[in-house]
Amino acid sequence: MWQFIRQLFHKFGSPKWFYGIASKMMPWLLGIGLILLLAGLVWGLAFAPAERLQGNSYRIIFIHVPSAFLAQSIYIMMAVTAVVTLVWRMKLADLFVRAVAPVGAVLTFLALFTGAVWGKPTWGTWWVWDARLTSMLILLFLYFGVIVLMSAITDEKSSARAVAVLVLVGVVNIPIIKYSVEWWNTLHQPATFKLTDKPSMAPEMWVPLLLSVLGLYLLFGWLACLRMQTEILKREHRTRWVRDLATAEGN
Amino acid sequence: MTPKVPAMPLAVVRVSAWRAMALVVRRDLRASLRQRQDLLNPLLFFFMVVTLFPLGVSPEVSFLQQAGSGILWVAALLSTLLSLDHLFRHDFDDGTLEQMVLQPQPLFLLVLAKSVAHWLLTGLPLVMLAPVLGVMLHLDGNSIAILCLTLLIGTPVLSLIGAIGAALTLGLRAGGVLLSLLIIPLYIPVLIFGTGTVAAAANGAPVGGYLALMMAFLVLAITLAPFASAAALRISLSNS
Repeated sequence: MWQFIRQLFHKFGSPKWFYGIASKMMPWLLGIGLILLLAGLVWGLAFAPAERLQGNSYRIIFIHVPSAFLAQSIYIMMAVTAVVTLVWRMKLADLFVRAVAPVGAVLTFLALFTGAVWGKPTWGTWWVWDARLTSMLILLFLYFGVIVLMSAITDEKSSARAVAVLVLVGVVNIPIIKYSVEWWNTLHQPATFKLTDKPSMAPEMWVPLLLSVLGLYLLFGWLACLRMQTEILKREHRTRWVRDLATAEGN
Repeated sequence: MTPKVPAMPLAVVRVSAWRAMALVVRRDLRASLRQRQDLLNPLLFFFMVVTLFPLGVSPEVSFLQQAGSGILWVAALLSTLLSLDHLFRHDFDDGTLEQMVLQPQPLFLLVLAKSVAHWLLTGLPLVMLAPVLGVMLHLDGNSIAILCLTLLIGTPVLSLIGAIGAALTLGLRAGGVLLSLLIIPLYIPVLIFGTGTVAAAANGAPVGGYLALMMAFLVLAITLAPFASAAALRISLSNS
């Protein structure tokens, strides 16, 4: 068992190995992810019952919640891989942070945007300076900071480590996001899913929601693999295996 | 056969970590006191930014009373940001920083000492200037006292967190703007609680909880930020 873990660990040091395994996994991630997301969205948008108070406007939840979910967990994933970068100097960990930071920023923006669209009919305003919204906005700023720092440092190794430090410093913000609802207790409703409690929504509503969250996770996995593969090809374009790959694709 | 040369005893000067920190603080203070203009600049900036609000928004007493603490906090935050670029820059340019990294004393303690010196040179003067500006913004005595207390607790946090950004952007082009982009999001919680305390005091609510939270931020910043800054400094130095 220990031997196996060590082998896996060494393999993760090799971009070539990752490129191969990612190519095998990607069709599955894309296929299952698309099916789940589409099922969740179609079920949620067309078949789930309307909400008693909010009518049909609540249906944006099927986009809002998955993107908000992912926006936060991407940052946590980045923090975990940042530790790997700092401790083991693993190239793939840095590649992951680099690949997913823009994705996280886009999803954070999407969560804020759908939140604004949802807020208009329910709260009567596009934007409220509520704790949860504000900390989501801060999360977006944190993503921007990471992206900006990434592009400002040209040296590969020090860029990787500097970004890792910044991500770890920023992860202090995540608990503030999570607990701000309880701290300030304002307009935004508490989180929909909790691990400890049964969901308070009707099952016809939370099952499609869960499906679209899972679907988006898988699609994110696919996109992360794709972006990491692209970066690997860019960095290793002088190596033999990339050239062999290119000539094989060319024929 | 060459005659054996007796080994020269190396002059070993043992300096305790505390002593090294005190020396760093003293050196930074002395160096800055010889460049008085640099000391004054953040204060002038603080003063001018505060002046912009009555001119730009409204000189009404009711508005200023309500927004005053926020204006002062935002201005203090901005002028701290502005002064951060100098924190490591001179030492980086003349090589002192590399010597510091090579010292036997842990780097994070030396970074902590530098942050303390930075606070003494920028944060503390801001806190002392704040009451004057508070009077100009028509804040009442109680609010000014609470405001100064929050600034006293909050500005060291700004210096400590800012040191991380200053260390990360050391030696980069356009370091100043980049530094602000990286650090402003991290300043937001301090700002929220700083102004929240004054607002609570104005409404007659107890402020003990707020102050306790701000103290918690300070303790967290003192214990964690120097490690991040030290790590960032090593990265920036290996880059150059």
